[in-house]
Amino acid sequence: MTINTLAKGGWHREQMTCFQKMEKVIVAMQDPDMGMKMRNQRLLITVIPHAMTGKDIIDWLMQNYNINEEESLHLGGFLVQYGYIYPLKEPRCLVLRPDESPYRFQTPYFWTSTRWPVSELDYAIFLAKKNIRKQGELMEYEKERYSVLHKRINHTWDFVVMQAREQLRASKQRRKADRIVTECQEQAYWLINRPPPGAPNALDMGLERPSSCTTRMTLWPLNAMICCSNTIILSVRAYVLMCRFVKYSEQYQNHDPIMQGCLPSNPWISDDTAHWTMNAALVPIPTRLRVERWSFSFMELLSDAMGRQEFMMYLEKEFSAENLCFWQACEEIRHGESSKIVEKVEEIYKNFLAPGAARWVNIDSKTMDKTLEGIKHPHRFVMDDAQMHIYFLMKKDSYPRYLKSDLYKSMLSKAIVPQETKKSVFPFVRRQRHSSPSPAQAAEDSRSKGPQAGSD
Amino acid sequence: ILFIFEQYFCHIVLSPLIPEMATQEVQLNETLAHLKSESESLKSKLEEERAKLHDVELHQVAEKVEGLGQFVMKTRRTLKGHGNKVLCMDWCKDKRRIVSSSQDGKVIVWDAFTTNKEHAVTMPCTWVMACAYAPSGCAVACGGLDNKCSVYPLSLDKNENLAAKKKSVAMHTNYLSACSFTNSDMQILTSSGDGTCALWDVESGQLLQSFHGHAADVLCLDLAPSETGNTFVSGGCDKKANVWDMRSGQCIQSFETHESDINSVRYYPSGDAFASGSDDATCRLYDLRADREVAIYSKESIIFGVSSVDFSLSGRLLFGGYNDYTINVWDVLKGTRVSILFGHENRVSTLRVSPDGTAFSTGSWDHTLRIWA
Repeated sequence: MTINTLAKGGWHREQMTCFQKMEKVIVAMQDPDMGMKMRNQRLLITVIPHAMTGKDIIDWLMQNYNINEEESLHLGGFLVQYGYIYPLKEPRCLVLRPDESPYRFQTPYFWTSTRWPVSELDYAIFLAKKNIRKQGELMEYEKERYSVLHKRINHTWDFVVMQAREQLRASKQRRKADRIVTECQEQAYWLINRPPPGAPNALDMGLERPSSCTTRMTLWPLNAMICCSNTIILSVRAYVLMCRFVKYSEQYQNHDPIMQGCLPSNPWISDDTAHWTMNAALVPIPTRLRVERWSFSFMELLSDAMGRQEFMMYLEKEFSAENLCFWQACEEIRHGESSKIVEKVEEIYKNFLAPGAARWVNIDSKTMDKTLEGIKHPHRFVMDDAQMHIYFLMKKDSYPRYLKSDLYKSMLSKAIVPQETKKSVFPFVRRQRHSSPSPAQAAEDSRSKGPQAGSD
Repeated sequence: ILFIFEQYFCHIVLSPLIPEMATQEVQLNETLAHLKSESESLKSKLEEERAKLHDVELHQVAEKVEGLGQFVMKTRRTLKGHGNKVLCMDWCKDKRRIVSSSQDGKVIVWDAFTTNKEHAVTMPCTWVMACAYAPSGCAVACGGLDNKCSVYPLSLDKNENLAAKKKSVAMHTNYLSACSFTNSDMQILTSSGDGTCALWDVESGQLLQSFHGHAADVLCLDLAPSETGNTFVSGGCDKKANVWDMRSGQCIQSFETHESDINSVRYYPSGDAFASGSDDATCRLYDLRADREVAIYSKESIIFGVSSVDFSLSGRLLFGGYNDYTINVWDVLKGTRVSILFGHENRVSTLRVSPDGTAFSTGSWDHTLRIWA
């Protein structure tokens, strides 16, 4: 065989990681103690040594990796697809069959990870051999490629034919078993490197990524380390931190539709959108789970439109609604258009910060001074400190009191607990899936209705 | 120890060799070598300190937690229509619409519930690797090999070509790998093959902040769901996951425990931690307050890289889309694999849980998207 072993250049890092892991599996499978029991396989009248059946492969994978049959077949399938194991029977098809079909380990010479610049010359010799050995053995696509190659490397065609003849002659002098094995090895190699049209290209790895990251060297980590080590000195013991994950998962478990299901039913499963309708942004009566969630954290309350609305009503009763209004106005600056920053900052100053303002917010003097100074040159983050101050004020003071208030408690008791939808009597009759208005449509409608339209 | 190194904070780029600069080059190399060894020794001292506080693993604490039963998740919808590999997708806040992008340059907006296609855009480039839905639901952003991120307002006029109102927002010097709107339609965060992330003002196309620190292509990013909402995490080909302050552009934390490219990063719902998926076939969980990796999700039988990860609503489950065409579902607390889902016929390239956690969607190189519940 003439295969060029010239440049072993940079391969995709991703491929190499995969191949290294696959090779680890292959080597483990051939381990003398823990590996597979190989035997002679009969192929028509010839006996091939060191072979195994598809079923053997699957059983070994199941046992050694503690996985089920489906996964084992899937994994084994890749070992064959990438050419680390090849079939002896029907060598054209790189598929793992879970039966008595015989397979063999590919010789490392032909491993996909050893990067070959696969040469046209070698492919031409391979096809020529096939053509000479048995006329008409070439598949349609192979015939096409053969003639394309013939045109392209015509000048060396004599060499190609001569090499092919030479290799065929040499192989005739070997035992039939060896001949079959070599043919299968070669066929498998070419099935991967020159896949038939329509077959999955095992070597398709997407866009090329740079093979190394040396040209940009940064020493910034020192700066990060300075920050990090401060955090470590101040941080709590790991145990307490780990417990937070457990607590969070427990708290939210009932709210996780994938884990606990959702009421009345999961729309994706039942085709019924009732769950979404009941949990729309603004509804007359919210669901119980939703109202409960407002008590998990202040952020939960604020990120729910209804929650915010309820909280605003409560603050109005307490004569501290300006805090939430201020917070919302600051959010609009932070996330709004750059061009509107100056005018929005003006508005906020007029309404919330100026002495004698209609909705004056109570910020400590240090923050107020800093903010007033910053307003002279307004930018996106100029309100950050003031906003945070008010946020934490609401979080520590108003929020806990809201949760204990009658307003919240009555909302909780009024809230709906939807009935679980009974399974349909005719499960095979599919419900009609209704479309919903696109958000883009809703926006366009409200724009076209103009200022006469009612507010949200 | 620390104050000495403040003066060593620097960012150095190696220039190509020019004979006249040979002696300068030698001097520079010597300084670099010196700094590098200082950096290494500080790094190991830091690991020592961290190890002292590291007295327990997440799965140990979770021993008392009840185990999860068998999960039955199936494909509930299959979205067919792309002519080539699906590379990216994102959910709309309305919990049922999604936008997806493909290698053939097409970006499609679907109502995944009915499987109807609502909009389609043909990009002027192939390999549209990033797409995102605007929070208002009125626009989508996408980009890829064109090195840009463009915003397309979604028009309902059937006769209108969406490309007409296209707004070019971001400009990088290499491919766009990921993009995300921040809390509003007005700002977009992008990551690129040029090794940087950047924050842009949509209206003006102005660069608001850029983030330098990765030593190679940045492949993914995710915004933190925190109260003060000012940080995000990015992952790259340099095997690092970096946490950034959006205001100052500084990298505030960095994690390097993966053995290969990081393809996906996603915050834990509380914002205290994030998960990453890598070509090294593992997913890992990093706790931001403990400042270290606290869990690895891997199995010897899983050989192929992870392309994308996302958490279920409660954060108890971690879904990973893999290059071996499967989805593995992990118990975040116990570190065990709960389930493996088959269905796609080529690698899973993107995975996102829906905004209300009722389902998750996957996109694949087999040209389809699937919704699982």
